Amino acid sequence: MPRDLSIKKVLVIGSGPIVIGQAAEFDYAGTQACRSLKEEGLEVVLLNSNPATIMTDKDIADRVYIEPLTVEVVEQLILKEKPDSVLPTLGGQAGLNLAMELEEAGFLKANGVRLIGTTSETIKKAEDRLEFKATMEKIGEPVAASLVVENVDDGLAFANKIGYPVVLRPAYTLGGSGGGIAHDSHQLVEILENGLRLSRVGQVLVERCIAGWKEIEYEVMRDSAGNCITVCNMENIDPVGVHTGDSIVVAPSQTLGDKEYQMLRTSALNIISELNITGGCNVQYALNPDSFEYCVIEVNPRVSRSSALASKATGYPIAKVAAKIALGYTLDEIKNAITQKTYASFEPMLDYVVVKMPRLPFDKFISAKRTLTTQMKATGEVMSICNNFEGALMKAIRSLEQHVDSLMSYDFTELSKEDLMEQLSIVDDMRIWRIAEAVRRGIDYDTIFKITKIDRWFIDKIAIIVEMENALKNEELTPELLREAKRIEFPDNVIARLTGKSEREIHDMRHENGIVAAYKIVDTCAAEFAAETPYYYSVYGSENEVEETSGKKKVLVLGSGPIRIGQGIEFDFCSVHCTWAFSKEGYETIIVNNNPETVSTDFDIADKLYFEPLTPEDVESIVDIEKPDGAVVQFGGQTAIKLTEALMKMGVPILGTSAENVDKAEDRELFDEILEECEIPRPTGGTVFTAEEAKEVANRLGYPVLVRPSYVLGGQGMQIAINDNDIDQFIGIINRIAQDHPILVDKYLQGKEIEVDAVCDGTDILIPGIMEHIERAGIHSGDSISVYPAQSLTEGAKAKIAEYTRRLAKSLHVVGMINIQFIVCGEDDVYVIEVNPRSSRTVPYISKVTGIPIVPLATQVIIGKKIRELGYTPGLQPEADYVAVKMPVFSFEKIRGADISLGPEMKSTGECLGIAKTFDEALYKAFLGAGIKLPKFKNMIMTVRDEDQPEAVEIGRRFEAIGYHIFATSGTARALNAAGVKATPVRKIEQESPNLLDLILGHKIDLVIDIPAQGAEHSKDGFVIRRNAIETGVNVLTAIDTAEALITSLENTDIKKLTLIDIATV
Amino acid sequence: MKAFLILEDGTVFTGTSIGSTRDCISEIVFNTSMTGYLEVLTDPSYAGQAVVMTYPLIGNYGITPDMESKKAWPDGYIVRELSRMPSNFRCEGTIQEFLEEQDIPGVAGIDTRALTKILREKGTMNGMITTNEDYDLDEILPKLKAYTVGDVVSKVTCEEKYVLEGTGKKVALLDLGAKNNIAKSLNQRGCEVTVYPAHTTAEEIISSNPDGIMLSNGPGDPADCTSIIEEIRKLYNTDIPIFAICLGHQLMALATGASTHKLKYGHRGGNHPVKDLKTGRVYISSQNHGYVVDEESIDPAVAVPAFRNVNDGTNEGLAYVGKNIFTVQFHPEACPGPQDSGYLFDRFIEMMGGAR
Repeated sequence: MPRDLSIKKVLVIGSGPIVIGQAAEFDYAGTQACRSLKEEGLEVVLLNSNPATIMTDKDIADRVYIEPLTVEVVEQLILKEKPDSVLPTLGGQAGLNLAMELEEAGFLKANGVRLIGTTSETIKKAEDRLEFKATMEKIGEPVAASLVVENVDDGLAFANKIGYPVVLRPAYTLGGSGGGIAHDSHQLVEILENGLRLSRVGQVLVERCIAGWKEIEYEVMRDSAGNCITVCNMENIDPVGVHTGDSIVVAPSQTLGDKEYQMLRTSALNIISELNITGGCNVQYALNPDSFEYCVIEVNPRVSRSSALASKATGYPIAKVAAKIALGYTLDEIKNAITQKTYASFEPMLDYVVVKMPRLPFDKFISAKRTLTTQMKATGEVMSICNNFEGALMKAIRSLEQHVDSLMSYDFTELSKEDLMEQLSIVDDMRIWRIAEAVRRGIDYDTIFKITKIDRWFIDKIAIIVEMENALKNEELTPELLREAKRIEFPDNVIARLTGKSEREIHDMRHENGIVAAYKIVDTCAAEFAAETPYYYSVYGSENEVEETSGKKKVLVLGSGPIRIGQGIEFDFCSVHCTWAFSKEGYETIIVNNNPETVSTDFDIADKLYFEPLTPEDVESIVDIEKPDGAVVQFGGQTAIKLTEALMKMGVPILGTSAENVDKAEDRELFDEILEECEIPRPTGGTVFTAEEAKEVANRLGYPVLVRPSYVLGGQGMQIAINDNDIDQFIGIINRIAQDHPILVDKYLQGKEIEVDAVCDGTDILIPGIMEHIERAGIHSGDSISVYPAQSLTEGAKAKIAEYTRRLAKSLHVVGMINIQFIVCGEDDVYVIEVNPRSSRTVPYISKVTGIPIVPLATQVIIGKKIRELGYTPGLQPEADYVAVKMPVFSFEKIRGADISLGPEMKSTGECLGIAKTFDEALYKAFLGAGIKLPKFKNMIMTVRDEDQPEAVEIGRRFEAIGYHIFATSGTARALNAAGVKATPVRKIEQESPNLLDLILGHKIDLVIDIPAQGAEHSKDGFVIRRNAIETGVNVLTAIDTAEALITSLENTDIKKLTLIDIATV
Repeated sequence: MKAFLILEDGTVFTGTSIGSTRDCISEIVFNTSMTGYLEVLTDPSYAGQAVVMTYPLIGNYGITPDMESKKAWPDGYIVRELSRMPSNFRCEGTIQEFLEEQDIPGVAGIDTRALTKILREKGTMNGMITTNEDYDLDEILPKLKAYTVGDVVSKVTCEEKYVLEGTGKKVALLDLGAKNNIAKSLNQRGCEVTVYPAHTTAEEIISSNPDGIMLSNGPGDPADCTSIIEEIRKLYNTDIPIFAICLGHQLMALATGASTHKLKYGHRGGNHPVKDLKTGRVYISSQNHGYVVDEESIDPAVAVPAFRNVNDGTNEGLAYVGKNIFTVQFHPEACPGPQDSGYLFDRFIEMMGGAR
């Protein structure tokens, strides 16, 4: 069927801010879909509140709106842009829910707009628990015994009938939010109450627990003619009970025979046909390991995280094909972009193994429970490809960048055998390491299987890795042994450690014996057809397939690895734009990255894609083959920066700012020299290695002080210490991981925090704009609300900032990007607190709101062009005539036990933007985009430290004025009442009921303003309140400045008609 | 023990011996299925050939009760890696033991992707698997070039006819090297299936008065099956409904005046898209064939194309004009591979007048 020509203008809705369960994969899918639509000559209107995405670029869509994802905004946008169609299935659950609301309300029909791709009936059939169950029963597909309940009593009654444990799944939520397994009635009530509240429709499914069965997924495509194919299947190594986003997943399935494989495949095709899906869909199964019995767990009638993974694992571009199907094409009319010979109506055949591992945020949330459940907790993931399973697992482990490089990286040797056996039942991110230790202790496979339900085949593979560890430890390192160790991807440093040799010796021995990595192509067809797309993975002991190309200059672009708190999608935006800019300049581009969710690892972004771990050894193997003319490290976050030294040793020129100058910015003493030379003040401080040294420096400076390790991103390990005890604790935490570099201790200054990104060509600088943080210094810049242009700076301060930026860039010999953070105290006392000679988190946002393409500019500068010749006037650019507010978004409700109070260590997972002509409207939009929809019940709780009381009183007064009833802890209540603001005192949680906690659990509270005192001790006080509030869906603010911003925004809720701004015209 | 795969073009791959250690010379073909290695090993269509599995991990779930015939047929077996420990609730043994029991020589640990690329670029070729480290290429290569698959149908067909009881339609299945699931698919639909050896005369089949005739898959060059083609021509001339798969499809085409030719490297795997030319629907099919019917050679008065391969446009099925005869190149019986075209067995039952 040819394309439906009545479709001319399509609205694509993105997924909004990155939160756990909805991450970069939707930028990848959305970007691919938009490009696919534009390829067909359609006009694309894009709506997404997330400014860090590639899909919100003006080269991706024709009209770009970075506006809150609310029904009102979409309605207004449809009236303004008059699209004829909406494509709702590529923006994740958020976009889908919005489109469904509009469809149900009849708005789309009334305005002559239709949903293309999958219909609303289909979406309802797949997403509504009752309808889904009825549909499955109709076609004879088994589902676990279950009941949809809308209240706790019904849930209890049903659980009593089918027996515990039961699984609880709220309808219409992301990443299984609010779900869980209940083993008794007490747990059931707790999880169910929470789930009912989080579900958009107030429904929760109570289901027979099939925990321990194999979890298998199929990615299926179907067109409007009814043709369907499966793109691939995947097997979760972690059996049912762990969210697939938190599981280690292998593709294709390894332990299914053809009978099981085809049984589930046929079932998946029957389901997608019965649901009448046109596009992509994901079906999840639980398969009894002892029979052919299976249950359908879930169907996602849209592209998903799993489909992004399946796309990268097979080379089959699911989102692109789904977009074409939405336009009316059938699968046999869509060319397979990889082979250019075959069509989309075939099934990829893999001749390799893919392993995906989750990137979990427990390094950021030390207090959080590491247990993995049906509630997803991972912020990102890594994928690896090899022609054997052991190798794929080893590569995935070292791709995580979590100080793990083998199955020995978590040490359980201290545990007694009994304790180890007991701990095998713990389901967390360290489970495979525990299994490896169990294998080392000789615990047999059957016992391990009985406890973990992880298939014996995988246990055996872990055992093969353990056997290699032993062989390397105990045997002479022959070339044969080394060859076998490399075949299963033991990195040189691990081999060196085990054999007592140096890494260099291993490296040399490999080269002497010709044991080097070769690269194979991901071609969708197991070599049956020639592939046109150079998408590579490494193997040992095979023929190399990399072909010599073009003769152009080659540049290596290092990606940023898995999405984690502190290093998010922004760096993928930068890597991709840098790659495109190099392409435009006539370079051959080579991307190295290991994140399957991102645009950078799409097969057609760079000339060559290497899907590989980002370690020095893995990069060196690529360098040996490609011999690039240079490498760019300033766009891939800290991951890429960390490779600088290794690249130089390999003889690869670093393009842009030299490694030596990167070092100067990070090395405290060198940096102090530069600041002195430039006559730029900074908070006083010192470098230390031990707690004793730190205390000495702190007492010399006077508390509070800021403590942090050098060379980190996202303020990892950064804390404000108010006394010697804090220092002991913080240094202890930092030194749990051996530090190659000293720890920094600085005087903590409370002032306005200012951030600047600039491009420097060695002579001139270009500053697109100055950003000001709403929260005072002390809260990580990534967690602060950032405003462009700065609202409260004097001209004098602005001039100083521009001048300091110029001086710093020059004396650090920056060529390319630089990011500087300042503190402004008083009128115009400007201090530098941090300099990063690289691209930063704010680059995508500031590029979009100023209309200055910073990354392409920096790229051109890196290859030798000058800012002036590129048509820009150096210096601070004129301010735009509107205001943009970047709002951090958190995923605290997903991480049980995480402390949500903000501080110098970053905790947000994503961001959204509010852009408008006035500050008030921009701020309002930003809060709206972050999902803070107030007022609801007009009840709030305040509990602030004494020094904040004067400000808190004024904020309380403003809340009272808009009708809020304030509850407050005794001290705060007294202060409020004394100032004439009515406040009801409530008891603290450790006191008898009714207390604060009862109030929060009563579901009548909109907001908690809880300002914890600084220091390790004090922040614990409000911990329980904050956790409970977050877990019951109450908004919690932990900074007085954020609270002030919120009330300012709420005072402006009469802004009914938002002004929508097309970023493409900025 | 080391084992070597020597190709007709002089390429040598060195790996580890698996299964039998005897030498074998055969035609080397590749299969891209990711599951179903046992079904592939026991598919009689592989007689006269040595199979390379492109999926690198073979034997993961061991040997299960899923054999498609009574024994393994390939002359040789070439893999990247055999799983040392199978895991599946139906596992009855390891693939290593199976290859030894079945006396199949093989080689593991070679770069199967590189080998597949050679076969793709240069076309299917002959090769030898040997464990003799002192092999002499000058002596071996002429032997490899001289190898032909020959008359393998006679080797793989059943020795005597046998019956699968059923209460429905009576089907005569001509066993040219049939996979079990063909008879099973019919039997499960109620048919009484009588399986005949390949060299049964048309007269014998016709005189048994079947409701329909099924021509099975099988190995080798269809044009070599001259005597069988003669008999099939006689079957064509009756009014008995006929359904044919793979070799059966090719032989029916040859019997009615069309010709066949050898594909460069064949279709072997479970991901081949075939289009039903009547409805435009595309199905993913299981395939295993090195030869194909020339569409240009078909007299439109005799037969019209019914299915075509979406990838390379080759013929995948024929509907015979004025006849109750329908033939397909692919494998609706699956095993291994997708079950999407299983509905064709229902269509055959319809052709015979519907379920009784």
